Amino acid sequence: MWRTGTVVALHDETATARTITLKVPDWPGHLAGQHVDVRLTAPDGYAAVRSYSIASSPNFERHIDITVDRLPNGEVSPYLTEEVIVGDRLELRGPIGGWFVWRSNQTEPIQLIAGGSGIVPLMAMIRSRVASGNSALFRLLYSVREPGAVFYGDELRALSDLDRSVVITYAYTQVAPKDWPRPPCRIDAALIANATWPANLAPTCYVCGPTSFVESASNLLIASGNHRDRIRTERFGPTGGRK
Amino acid sequence: MAIFSRGFVGRRSAADVKLPPGQYLTSDFPVLSAGPTPHVALDQWEFKVDDGTAVLRRWDWKSFRELPTENIRVDLHCVTRWSKLGTFWEGVSLDVLLAGVKTDSAYAMMRSYGDYTTNLPLKDLMNKQAWVAFKFDGADLAPEHGGPARLLVPHLYLWKSAKWVRGMTLMPRDRPGFWESLGYHMYGDPWQEQRYSGE
Repeated sequence: MWRTGTVVALHDETATARTITLKVPDWPGHLAGQHVDVRLTAPDGYAAVRSYSIASSPNFERHIDITVDRLPNGEVSPYLTEEVIVGDRLELRGPIGGWFVWRSNQTEPIQLIAGGSGIVPLMAMIRSRVASGNSALFRLLYSVREPGAVFYGDELRALSDLDRSVVITYAYTQVAPKDWPRPPCRIDAALIANATWPANLAPTCYVCGPTSFVESASNLLIASGNHRDRIRTERFGPTGGRK
Repeated sequence: MAIFSRGFVGRRSAADVKLPPGQYLTSDFPVLSAGPTPHVALDQWEFKVDDGTAVLRRWDWKSFRELPTENIRVDLHCVTRWSKLGTFWEGVSLDVLLAGVKTDSAYAMMRSYGDYTTNLPLKDLMNKQAWVAFKFDGADLAPEHGGPARLLVPHLYLWKSAKWVRGMTLMPRDRPGFWESLGYHMYGDPWQEQRYSGE
């Protein structure tokens, strides 16, 4: 069943990524981590559909946020990040997905690991935790190309300043801020040891990002003693070459 | 009636390429898995056929690789909407694996290392429609794509082609597997666009 959402706000997260706030009068509610299908239709009836993670907390009534990163040769993402204006209507189906979700009655420590735009469904989990008053311990390890590629930077900063039970570690892969203690590089065992919950706390781990990132992060989590049953993953994008 | 998207043109695939509804063409080979990739050593690998009580067939890697194989060129359709055409595989037909198995069961639950499961009608696994594949484009199948061996059932959405398969359980009645328990369709025919339950 396709629903209609009206664009009520637009916010640029980075030079290529934009958050679209949609008012969806018949939105049935969602769980943090779920996604929606968005359908665009051309005048001749040709349609293209893509899935986008929901960024907003489930408590944001009858509104949802999606954050879309523009892909260089994308068919739908350039439209959503460059063409869409407030007042436009978009067709949506969802919410979809029941595995990569955090429910506000979960009480165990949570380890979030984001690669690039993989932050989006994890942000919904963080926002859902805040909105529900849940005090589960959260850690976020956010791997990103450079400081300018961070989504939700101000909100994350305010959140971790306010609430010491949400610990955020940034890992820069190409350019780090001046005086940053760790030179730019990919996540490794030392970073996992320093920035994630000890495995004996048995955190539930949510890992989202490009395939190669998710492969490496989940392998590092297992190597540091986390049980594979406690690791949930969501991958996107091409494999970047076959092995 | 669809809402037209102001200013949206879109990209059509070439006229001679027929894709199932709602799919787009990719030349990449994206990966979709719910958890970490299992790494299964060949000397630990096995594939079993059971009926829920008794093991009916069992192969280790060596005996599995002594079975006759086929080269398969097929189109893949993922529920996340990408399609990849003309992919090239080598595998053992399920007609070979199920040869001589006597059963009244009409369904099978495929089981994987890493505890993934997916359900299929048995008739969709027979008559040159399904393989346990171990090579992709002439090379050993990479772990993130399901190696050492994965199911290949190209006429259904790709989540039915379970990666890292370790066996199958024959079932008298249909039961949902992993994604089928989480809102995805019990059968998953891409040409009928059976993505989610209730479609």
